[in-house]
Amino acid sequence: MLEIKNLHAEIEADGREILRGLDLTVKAGEVHAIMGPNGAGKSTLSHVLAGKPGYRVTQGTATLDGVDILEMDPALRAANGLFLAFQYPVEIPGVGNMTFLKAALNSQRKARGEGEMSTPDFMRLVRTEAGKLKITQDMLKRPVNVGFSGGEKKRNEILQMAILQPKLCILDETDSGLDIDALKVVSEGVNALRSPDRAFVVITHYQRLLDHIRPDVVHVLSKGRIVKTGGPDLALELEAKGYADFADEAA
Amino acid sequence: MAAVKETVDQVRAIDVDQYKYGFESAIESDMAPKGLSEDIVRFISAKKNEPEWMLEWRLDAYRRWLTMEEPTWARVHYPPIDFQDLYYYAAPKSTAGPKSLDEVDPELIRVYEKLGIPLKEQAVLAGVEGARIAVDAVFDSVSVVTTFREELAKVGIIFCSISEAMREYPDLVKKYLGTVVPTSDNYYATLNSAVFSDGSFVWIPEGVRCPMELSTYFRINEKKTGQFERTLIIAEKGSYVSYLEGCTAPQRDENQLHAAVVELVAMEDAEIKYSTVQNWYPGDKDGRGGIYNFVTKRGDCRGDRSKISWTQVETGSAITWKYPSCILRGDGSQGEFYSIAVSNGHQQVDSGTKMIHLGKNTASRIISKGISAGKSQNTYRGQVKINRKADGARSFTNCDSLLIGHDCGAHTVPYIESGNPKAKVEHEATTSKISDDQLFYCISRGLPTEEAVALIVNGFVREVLQQLPMEFAVEAQKLIGVSLEGSVG
Ligand SMILES: Nc1ncnc2c1ncn2[C@@H]1O[C@H](COP(=O)(O)OP(=O)(O)O)[C@@H](O)[C@H]1O
Ligand SMILES: [Mg+2]
Repeated sequence: MLEIKNLHAEIEADGREILRGLDLTVKAGEVHAIMGPNGAGKSTLSHVLAGKPGYRVTQGTATLDGVDILEMDPALRAANGLFLAFQYPVEIPGVGNMTFLKAALNSQRKARGEGEMSTPDFMRLVRTEAGKLKITQDMLKRPVNVGFSGGEKKRNEILQMAILQPKLCILDETDSGLDIDALKVVSEGVNALRSPDRAFVVITHYQRLLDHIRPDVVHVLSKGRIVKTGGPDLALELEAKGYADFADEAA
Repeated sequence: MAAVKETVDQVRAIDVDQYKYGFESAIESDMAPKGLSEDIVRFISAKKNEPEWMLEWRLDAYRRWLTMEEPTWARVHYPPIDFQDLYYYAAPKSTAGPKSLDEVDPELIRVYEKLGIPLKEQAVLAGVEGARIAVDAVFDSVSVVTTFREELAKVGIIFCSISEAMREYPDLVKKYLGTVVPTSDNYYATLNSAVFSDGSFVWIPEGVRCPMELSTYFRINEKKTGQFERTLIIAEKGSYVSYLEGCTAPQRDENQLHAAVVELVAMEDAEIKYSTVQNWYPGDKDGRGGIYNFVTKRGDCRGDRSKISWTQVETGSAITWKYPSCILRGDGSQGEFYSIAVSNGHQQVDSGTKMIHLGKNTASRIISKGISAGKSQNTYRGQVKINRKADGARSFTNCDSLLIGHDCGAHTVPYIESGNPKAKVEHEATTSKISDDQLFYCISRGLPTEEAVALIVNGFVREVLQQLPMEFAVEAQKLIGVSLEGSVG
């Protein structure tokens, strides 16, 4: 599904290289965890894949179902099934959460040549999915992320994911700032979306999220490259030993 | 969000030219000779069969105007206006005065249809959710038709052109005209008093709640023609009216002058809600052409517990100079000003309000949202004045500016004068930019850039949009999207 080969990317403003020859292959139906020390380039990877301005790709490729995404307009990447749950979801004052969701969904449908979803169908879908994530009616009416607690923002990201039904979901530190109950709700939300034709890249600093979302593959990202790949046990090992080894290895 | 979608579709359809009302109609006009003089004032008055006192009133204003100087304090720049190079009166030949719809030139009706203003009463009745809006259609210098008059007359409401009111209800006009905006008020208001051609007159009798929205739709069509309209709305004791005003003009290289005066009078316990969607031609992308919009709008809360609320969405005009104000004379009276001012290209906006607290326990509320893009300059200028005797007066201002791009400017100029130490005056102001993070967040969810901008901007102005009547709010939302087309590269 996702195939990244020798990806190099730098910060546009100062030319500092952050991703330095990163390789990653994720197959449909799989959940991959990416772990690594702070500043390793985890968020940068997610931003480059989603098309956030401010980065320059200097080498390498990234394809989604065989289609090169790095040249694609970010809105089109979304319509093609890429979704990034942000580490820091942004507030949009005055724009109702529901309004936002509907605008996003219909934009994507339009880009794919599908018709708009009818309002009753949309309402039904939102109500069902919001219920699963314990998102209240009030949160749906409030402006996007405005005044939401950390946990509410993260649940809201998962709600968007559930509504937009992407092929590839990238979750950037979705667990940060969550208490244990919120973590459970979010994980259940993610697990409910697992399916044979959908893949997940779960970026996290800590093992505890992976107790709830069981990964098929665990990678360690350090200094802009994948330096080690293993099974779920690798996460436990990292939890015990920390990232010190890898920081050294890559240095 | 359907409205945003429509906005974008509309934007796409427009291609290079964003202004969709820029067409010109081939309608033969009866014009006054070019230029301004006492004779022209007499000409206009004669055209309208005005009573002698009215002519005297105009001539008095004209003589005062000759002694006045054009104001220069606003943050707007334009070459001097040659007042002798303008036509002060243009009327479609086919229309001698307002008459019934059957007699109106079908060509004129088509013009308004093209503008989306249905003049046929049945068409309105069949409209969205049974919404009914009575329309006074002003074309260049004259009112061509006023709809729903008979139905309104049944509850005693007078809704007609001001020319007609002068002939039919001279006592009412004489009693109120110029009592809110005196003839000598300011340069443009005085000019308007001398040469005003048409506009609407509304009188709501005591205790009557107007059963539908009233509206006036202004259209400038002729070249080199100034439009000087005059509107007078009186709400007697305990009455209520909601009034809407819309305006457009053809696209031309030259600048055209629009200097209107609007006077509102609210008696005891009466309420007037006045909404404007101003969409005069703003000029082209290089700043050529466009309307100079110099407008004096003022409401007098004359009676105790009366209320006047101004809501404006300003997207058009090359230059906007406009400060809808409230004189809070009655005890416990309330004034409100809700404004969205969008500027793009080379537009210059200097707009705001004045709230003059005279009575006890008077309250004012000002919510202003300025959005600047392109190379435009957008100034909020607001005055809150509390009289010494206005015990218990309170005023709240919230003034937010949003910048899109790097070449535009937003300015806030508040004047606060409190002569009463116990009065409570609050003022909040913010200036922000659409952040790259906000924009990317929307785009990453699949929204194309221009839709993302429209969505964020609509969020920014929501508080004000909510003040508009439903149909107008949707229209205004679209308009804002269209006005900002091309503002993010
Ligand atoms: N937009 C940016 N501008 C400047 N520096 C950035 C930007 N994005 C990331 N960086 C830098 O790139 C490095 C990697 O950051 P990041 O990808 O956020 O790491 P991680 O998510 O693994 O903690 C850090 O040194 C960070 O400061
Ligand atoms: Mg990070």
